[in-house]
Amino acid sequence: MRFTRRDARELGVGLAYLAPSLILFVAFVFYPLARTFILSLYNTRTTGVPTTFAGADQYTELLSSPTFRDGIVATTFFALYTVPVSIAVSLILAVMLNQRLRGINVFRTMMSSTIAVSAAVGSLIWLLLFNPSLGLLNYVLSLVGVRGPDWLTQPGAAIIAVSITSVWLLLGTNIIVLLAGLQGVPEEIYEAARLDGARGLRLFLRITVPLVSPSLFFLLVVDTINVLQSFTQIHVMTKGGPVDATRTLVYSIYLDAFQNFQFGFASAQAVVLFGIVLALTALQFGVIERRVHYQ
Amino acid sequence: MRRPLAPRILAYSVLVLGAIVVAFPLLFALSYSFMTPSEVATYPPPILPSSPNFDNYGTVFATIPIGRYLLNSFVVSAAVVVGQLATASLAAYAFSFLVFRFRTLLFFVFLSTLMIPWEATIIPNYITIRTLGWLDTYQGLAVPFMATAFGTFLLRQAFLQIPRELWDSARIDGASSLRFFRSMVLPLARPALGTVAIYGFLSTYNQYFWPLLITNERLMRTTQVGIAQLRDEETLRWGLIMAGVVMVAVPTLALLVLGQRQLIRGLTAGAVKG
Repeated sequence: MRFTRRDARELGVGLAYLAPSLILFVAFVFYPLARTFILSLYNTRTTGVPTTFAGADQYTELLSSPTFRDGIVATTFFALYTVPVSIAVSLILAVMLNQRLRGINVFRTMMSSTIAVSAAVGSLIWLLLFNPSLGLLNYVLSLVGVRGPDWLTQPGAAIIAVSITSVWLLLGTNIIVLLAGLQGVPEEIYEAARLDGARGLRLFLRITVPLVSPSLFFLLVVDTINVLQSFTQIHVMTKGGPVDATRTLVYSIYLDAFQNFQFGFASAQAVVLFGIVLALTALQFGVIERRVHYQ
Repeated sequence: MRRPLAPRILAYSVLVLGAIVVAFPLLFALSYSFMTPSEVATYPPPILPSSPNFDNYGTVFATIPIGRYLLNSFVVSAAVVVGQLATASLAAYAFSFLVFRFRTLLFFVFLSTLMIPWEATIIPNYITIRTLGWLDTYQGLAVPFMATAFGTFLLRQAFLQIPRELWDSARIDGASSLRFFRSMVLPLARPALGTVAIYGFLSTYNQYFWPLLITNERLMRTTQVGIAQLRDEETLRWGLIMAGVVMVAVPTLALLVLGQRQLIRGLTAGAVKG
């Protein structure tokens, strides 16, 4: 195929329309991504200027660092505690909201309200709810005879506290996506299933769940990526503590880059984060899109 | 067909219960914002204020420059919205109406930015902003977010719905490409532009990591960072903190109520196969 003068002119016009976006993407997405890779191969001064070539040193140091290993473990538990619970709770609420009733929109707005709530606002509210002496949560637990933990000063409890806050923050988005998925299921399918004698839990597990599986898998990937990127909850609620129990990958990048000024070491961790997110996205596009039930 | 009364009452009871549980933290913050410090400290923890008063709201204004924080957040969010609408609509127009080489390739270049987490590029971006001398500035807070692949994708979908005949007849009438864009495409795609605007506003207004990183001056902080710092400075005054939380959350909750349809359209564009 020859590249004619007309082709060149058309390409020029097209690029002119794309230029504002492209310039910004290059400046704030592609260039910094490449720069992150490069920084991860260098030792850096505390100002972020690369000094000597380090090769894979940062990465070998990373792999042998117990702090990094614990951080990956904390990130994994954070995701495992948060994502399945939030999706399950959202599915139950979305099924409740998928009824034809007068005034249902008021309930839909109320239950999806957390989509508009910022992570900082949510974290501050839950910080008070988790407060061991003033908080409502431990009081309610004491009513049923359970002695609540010191949520934010005990390592095991702190990651759960941050996860509960994140579950709540994700509810709004999840409910909206699942409700849209549920509304896409034709009423006749339910009618037919009911005629065949399916009721209650059986109807839910055999008909509802498979039919919204595209939305469920979409949320599984999107929520996991979202949790991997969570910074605010940790910074507001625990600052990575106690004893690094909530020092997730993103928080570790922040601490190493902007508190310890080890930009090269932090960049190696940013590359790891990028790799994980890329793998999850590939999973969504490659494997899952083909396997999940579509109508 | 109306359902009989008993199941309807049951359905409403379950919905009310669910709504209270989900909205509880927000209602709780509202309730505590009207309590005196001594009431907050009583045990067992109270649910409702015994004598509601607005003192905490007054104290927020006296403690932190909350008005300035709100102004900063609104200026930055509005700038991002305007920037995103401009860059995304131009790009979406090229991707839907214009024909040129490498169009598909360039579209994938746009989409690929969705797979790159902002946190993975935050170190060089911080260095860039510092080098430009943009720390503690509105442009430092806004410019990096003025292009949006998601918005471009959404607008392209909307532009593709516009009949090609309009384009053909506009060309025959001798209208320029840019004029067609301005006088036909943009007005017809107003709902989609609304979706992009609401998304851009919400996500910018609710940002935390980036403004925390690039602002140091007290008067350049945004609402989210300012309110979180209230917690470090006023640890024990929870009524005051909750009043601040309410003031910061109200604009976004209002936006949710007003723009719910646009929000839902945006979220479900990526999730459900049509």
